[in-house]
Amino acid sequence: MTDSTVTDESEEEPKVRLTRAAADSRLRQILLSAAAPLGAFVFSLIASAIVLIAAGSNPIEAAKDMLDHASKLEVQVSMINRATPLYISGVAAAIGFKMNLFNIGVEGQYRMAAIFAAFVGGAVALPSVLHIALILITAMVVGGLWGGLAGVLYTHRGVNEVIGTIMLNGVALGVIAWLVRRWQAEGNIVQVGVGTEPIDESGLLPNLNFIPELFGDLRANEELTGMLVIAIVVGVVYYLLLNRTVFGYDLRASGLNPLAARAGGVPPRKMALAAMLMSGAVGGLVGMAEIFDKTRYDPNFVGFLGFNGIAVALLGRNNPAGIAVGALLWAFLDATSDILQVTQTAPKEIIDIMRGVILLTVVIGYEVVRRVRERTESARTAARLAEATS
Amino acid sequence: MTLAIELTGITKRFPGVVANDNVSLAVAPGEIHAVCGENGAGKSTLMKILFGMQSPDEGTMRIHGEEVRFSSPADAIERGIGMVHQHFMLAGQLTVLENVILGTEPVASLGRIDFKAAEAHLLEVGEAYGLDVDPHDLIETLEVGERQRVEIIKVLYRGAQILILDEPTAVLVPHEVDELFRNMRELKAAGETILFIDHKLEEVLQIADTITVLRQGRTVATVKPADVSTGDLAEMMVGSELPTPQTSRSTVTDKTALSIRGLTVLDEDDRPVLNDVSLEVHRGEVVGLAGVEGNGQTEFVGAIIGTEDVEAGSIRLLGEEIAHSTVRRRRNSGIGYVPQDRQEEGLLLFAPLWENAALGHQTRKPFANGRWFDRFGARERTEAIRSWFDVRTPDIEVTANSLSGGNQQKLIVGREMAAEPKVLIAAHPTRGIDIGAQAAVWDDIRAARADGMGTLLISADLEELIGLSDTIVVIHKGELTATLDPATITPRELGSYMTGSEQDDAETPDGPGPAAAPETATGPKSQGDPASGDAGEPQ
Repeated sequence: MTDSTVTDESEEEPKVRLTRAAADSRLRQILLSAAAPLGAFVFSLIASAIVLIAAGSNPIEAAKDMLDHASKLEVQVSMINRATPLYISGVAAAIGFKMNLFNIGVEGQYRMAAIFAAFVGGAVALPSVLHIALILITAMVVGGLWGGLAGVLYTHRGVNEVIGTIMLNGVALGVIAWLVRRWQAEGNIVQVGVGTEPIDESGLLPNLNFIPELFGDLRANEELTGMLVIAIVVGVVYYLLLNRTVFGYDLRASGLNPLAARAGGVPPRKMALAAMLMSGAVGGLVGMAEIFDKTRYDPNFVGFLGFNGIAVALLGRNNPAGIAVGALLWAFLDATSDILQVTQTAPKEIIDIMRGVILLTVVIGYEVVRRVRERTESARTAARLAEATS
Repeated sequence: MTLAIELTGITKRFPGVVANDNVSLAVAPGEIHAVCGENGAGKSTLMKILFGMQSPDEGTMRIHGEEVRFSSPADAIERGIGMVHQHFMLAGQLTVLENVILGTEPVASLGRIDFKAAEAHLLEVGEAYGLDVDPHDLIETLEVGERQRVEIIKVLYRGAQILILDEPTAVLVPHEVDELFRNMRELKAAGETILFIDHKLEEVLQIADTITVLRQGRTVATVKPADVSTGDLAEMMVGSELPTPQTSRSTVTDKTALSIRGLTVLDEDDRPVLNDVSLEVHRGEVVGLAGVEGNGQTEFVGAIIGTEDVEAGSIRLLGEEIAHSTVRRRRNSGIGYVPQDRQEEGLLLFAPLWENAALGHQTRKPFANGRWFDRFGARERTEAIRSWFDVRTPDIEVTANSLSGGNQQKLIVGREMAAEPKVLIAAHPTRGIDIGAQAAVWDDIRAARADGMGTLLISADLEELIGLSDTIVVIHKGELTATLDPATITPRELGSYMTGSEQDDAETPDGPGPAAAPETATGPKSQGDPASGDAGEPQ
């Protein structure tokens, strides 16, 4: 439009060169993003080794024990079982992060969702597919509402989402404690202990044991959770929604620059509310593996999955594949920490130290990578400018 | 005679680019020396080197004949060099005195700040240089020009004999510029050496004793103002014959593109920041909105694009009422928007260019396919914007952050123009970009105007307003106070309308019908008009 000759010149010849340059540029970005977590992992290994040596243990022995342990099929199954809810929780947190909303409330959201889903599942008898669907949908709706509540407080009352979700975590725990006690008082749990009515066989998500059985035999009560499939679906949907839909674009734009997004037609309140609803809905699925495994909600229900999900999302840079790596790493550390106690090669607490070091170094690593990328890009752009003007 | 500043063979390389290439600069003591050049010509780098913020890769620096090597601004201050940055570094909640002594507080017994001594010294400095300030005024109550004076005093207070002023006039209205120049002359009379960066060539000729022009990191020429015209300077800066904007005939039609009636917008305290404003923009017309910043322009723009709540009044786009529509609805029905702060409101700095090109258009083709975001279409369109609007970048995968300011602006203007808006709201579309990019943006607006686009142009650059507009309206304290004919108005007159010192009684603000819309026979910068004479004056 500025000058037709410019259009003609730059249309034909540079096109090929540009696509190659673009591909290079993308490859470089991917390599750079991988550099941070890898570097952090290596660094944390070194740091842990130093701690172990200081504590009088042999780091190589400890590592050998952990890896040996992890080579067993049942440990690998257990790792995936542990990684699955962490992954879902990580995605739930990431949805908020992408919009600069710090949803600390996955913890409360998944617990509320789990108890209601278990209650509904135990109260009805339906054909299998419907029964399972009802339970999962209940979980998502309850989680979504609990997250949405924080969302409404944020958009309509200006309550900071961090405060709102933390408070709602407390409320959720209180509500659950009260519900469990009421059910207890009603006496419908005498034979089976405190908790919700067990879900019939028809409402339980089938396990995926056929996969590990391809590689060997599982022990009697060992199962690969069917929630793995749901987690993968969640990951794929998250990726598509975020990167391939206008909604996802709006979400990311709001997170990157709320003012610009607003001027670009993205309604800020609606997006914040949508993000909290979705984050909560995904969060609602976090506890379902446990529910299907135990067939009911009991007071020993697993905790801290929400908070660990935040760590995993951070580790994976809110990227669906990255979160999976983070969840598996966390699960690996979880699953192999027990063996350290058995073999006495190292204190179990070394795992917590490693996690802490990994998180810190990853956060630092990402920042370093961001700066490096920024510098190289500016340099390349400047070079291009010089080339074009001279 | 010993030179105050003597830079020889200064070279500064950044990865992939040479910012300063064998630059030499000689400044005599007690002179006002201007440094001109396009954005990216290396002026800022050179000033940063002189102020110790960056160290040169090659070359020598002499201050008052003595060779120096600065490793930080503290070293430069030590040598009597002071710098006034374009963006003021003042704490609004503190008084003038507190700001001036910040970091160099004189200490009395028991670690108390000796305000008495400080005030005495401050008044002494003010008197010596003829700079008039009240030490007890709060910074936030001061006008821009006064704040700048505080910045200058701050530097003098620290004993600077050499002042570096980075685009000091960029933020000032005409009468403040006069005041600044008066101050600069007094400083000069008191023996100070002043080095200043400026884009506005008319001003440079008015105040400078010597002018050094940089282009692409090299010194092009050092001249005396008496020997050159603004046109000569502009040509030295750009390096070739300036792009001459074609004489643009009026393309104003009688079809209303945007009609605003009785628009009222309230601030948080329910006071009107925009009071009963009425305005018509016709197809093919550029309406310039002139006003000192903070008189309701931001709210006006916000009300039109939909980010401000409209209290009363109507906004019609091609007859359709949009005063209470969502931003997206308005953007999709044909309102293009070039925001005043490109980084704050226009870009996703850490997203790739092709995602930036979609912003504001993400629900429409080629960026969207129903509810799906079309990454292929977006990339294709971005490549097109890149070549049509000459956005200089290695590829469209880089983040917007890595582009220079001018190229960021070309990207924004490009993405709006590519969507073929019916009405364009352009707020300061050429602020802080170089002459080349500026001319490109004007051309784009003029081309779209010829195709029937209506434009509301908000600008602090009065020559741009006069040169580009078919009609100029003046906004003052939230009301439109005058409708002016750009063919007959001078920047000076316009300036006095803007400050409210002159009122226009002849014309009502809401009646610039097509017949009243004047023919603008000249391009931007009123090419032949000696009163305007900015960068765009061709030879």
